[in-house]
Amino acid sequence: MSKTPAVKKLTGSLGERVASLPKPVKIGLWVAFAVLAYALPLLEPPFISPPGTDFGGVLFTVTIYCLVALGLNIVVGYAGLLDLGYVGFYAVGAYTAAILTTFHANWPLLLALPMAVLASTISGVLLGWPTLRVRGDYLAIVTLGFGEIIRLVAVNTEWLGASKGINDIARPPGKALFEIPHLNWESGVPLLDFNDTTKFIEFGVLDQIPYYWMGLTVVILVLFADRLIKDSRVGRAWEATREDEDAAELMGVPTFRFKLLAFATGAFIGGLAGALYASRQSFINPLSFLLLFSIMFLAAVVIGGQGNRWGVLVGAVVVAYLPERFREFTDFRVLVFGAALMALAIFRPEGLLPPRRTVRAKQSEAEIEALEEGAEGEETSRV
Amino acid sequence: MSDDTTQSPGRRVLEIKDLTLKFGGLTALDEVTFHINEGEILGLIGPNGAGKTTCFNAVTGIYAPTSGDIVFEGSSIAGRKRYQIARLGIARTFQNIRLFKSMTALENVLVGADAQHSTGMASALFRLPKHRREERHGHDRAMEVLKFMGLHRNPDELAANLSYGDQRRLEIARAMATGPKLICLDEPAAGFNPAEKVQLMELIKRVRDEGYTVLLIEHDMKLVMGVTDRIVVLEFGRKIAEGKPSEIRDNPAVIAAYLGVDEEDAS
Repeated sequence: MSKTPAVKKLTGSLGERVASLPKPVKIGLWVAFAVLAYALPLLEPPFISPPGTDFGGVLFTVTIYCLVALGLNIVVGYAGLLDLGYVGFYAVGAYTAAILTTFHANWPLLLALPMAVLASTISGVLLGWPTLRVRGDYLAIVTLGFGEIIRLVAVNTEWLGASKGINDIARPPGKALFEIPHLNWESGVPLLDFNDTTKFIEFGVLDQIPYYWMGLTVVILVLFADRLIKDSRVGRAWEATREDEDAAELMGVPTFRFKLLAFATGAFIGGLAGALYASRQSFINPLSFLLLFSIMFLAAVVIGGQGNRWGVLVGAVVVAYLPERFREFTDFRVLVFGAALMALAIFRPEGLLPPRRTVRAKQSEAEIEALEEGAEGEETSRV
Repeated sequence: MSDDTTQSPGRRVLEIKDLTLKFGGLTALDEVTFHINEGEILGLIGPNGAGKTTCFNAVTGIYAPTSGDIVFEGSSIAGRKRYQIARLGIARTFQNIRLFKSMTALENVLVGADAQHSTGMASALFRLPKHRREERHGHDRAMEVLKFMGLHRNPDELAANLSYGDQRRLEIARAMATGPKLICLDEPAAGFNPAEKVQLMELIKRVRDEGYTVLLIEHDMKLVMGVTDRIVVLEFGRKIAEGKPSEIRDNPAVIAAYLGVDEEDAS
């Protein structure tokens, strides 16, 4: 326990220091950060890039988790609706993209993508319409069922490929304009390696870096959208609903409508992530949409700190990247994951990077506690 | 002081007509009829369990009346949804404080101010003029109300971290921010010491002077007498008296039902 305040101070002061910088500097920092993120798979920094696996592919998975975490954060973190079947929306997006771009329709991906997102959003509204009238635990159970139903429907429907799944899902269109060399660290110093290049921008089979760039771009766009929505009447209505649904309603917030909106927005982002995933994979089957994924998605949100968009991104990176990086311990993965979750629950129950409000509430609580202790100490010394 | 203002008859803001509310076999409200004039402070009093809060809940849409009608500004609001009633112009506070605890004081009041807004997803996402206009209006309104309540010094403090008194005041501020015609205050002075109570009653008078109509539930008889223009007395879900504070004070039915047996007042 003694370590936590130090960690808190560190993250808190870093955030405050960034926030207090002048605006151009801040923008510059963010741009530099984004450029670094884009360049990461080309730099192939030692230790960070996982040995034996394709770094680009791992990073793409990380961006998909980031997207999903951002979407689920709207539902769970902002609106306070516990959704245990989020993988259902992901599956609806993936399957819609798959159906529309393969033997059923042969559409190009860019046409199928909006339809996939539309389908998952509609599924969110359809699920939310009857179920958002129940609260808390009941909603969790209903959404849990939804996730499983979607998967079972896929397993049992021949038209959806049943358990075999769907092959040859369309890739995004691309045109190789030029090649970018990677860095090679084998000699100890970074050297440009012209034998190992990435074509800008061609979505091929082997090189997954272009998919990562696509995923990262979508994550950045969603981050902006998230910020704009959160800082508006919509975001306030979500939070008020989470805090006290009845009081919110009596202050003029149509809570049902806003809960449905949160659900639909979450489903939109989940479906988008699913469709992108299907396109990269070029093959999906029901095994890609197990309940386990719902749990991993939720874990990303909770580990990172629900309610804070940067927190859930950290959570997504932890959940998606670390197991890939430490593949050599693959047999102990679940054990380590479980132990890490327990440690987190004990030392940082509000997540790695909780929303500032949670941090402040904790701080003032600690202050009051300290004051009380001080007062008690005085009393005892007087006695 | 209160006698001066009772002379102005005003328009009827709210009319409660033969309001009856039954929960199973229990009759919580039994054909209660009264009205509130524009710009007055109406006290709703009665012993515990008399149906005061139930009456509030019916007015704000939490319960649909079993029979009878509630007319606000000339149209019936019985059976309307809670948020619709709030947006029409009836705001309330709660007997036990119900703030949005992990939101800041300012955000709490902004949620209230949003009752007059209709920015949706698209406006927010594309920062349309509507969003900008409503945000500006909301912030101006929120700061104005916070200032009125004396809470403007640290608007970014979390509601949960405010002192008890400030939390009570913030509830009133949040209700005022919704831009209501009628504010229903459910025991706003509960838990206050006598000096704070007197201060709060002065504040409520100022709220009325700002142009709001106030419906007040209060337990402390002396305070109710001092601040209200008229008083309605409930007992066991029935209205047993209505009139100016001076009339209520001398009403034998009220004395028997309330004053005579109330320990607080007897002491």
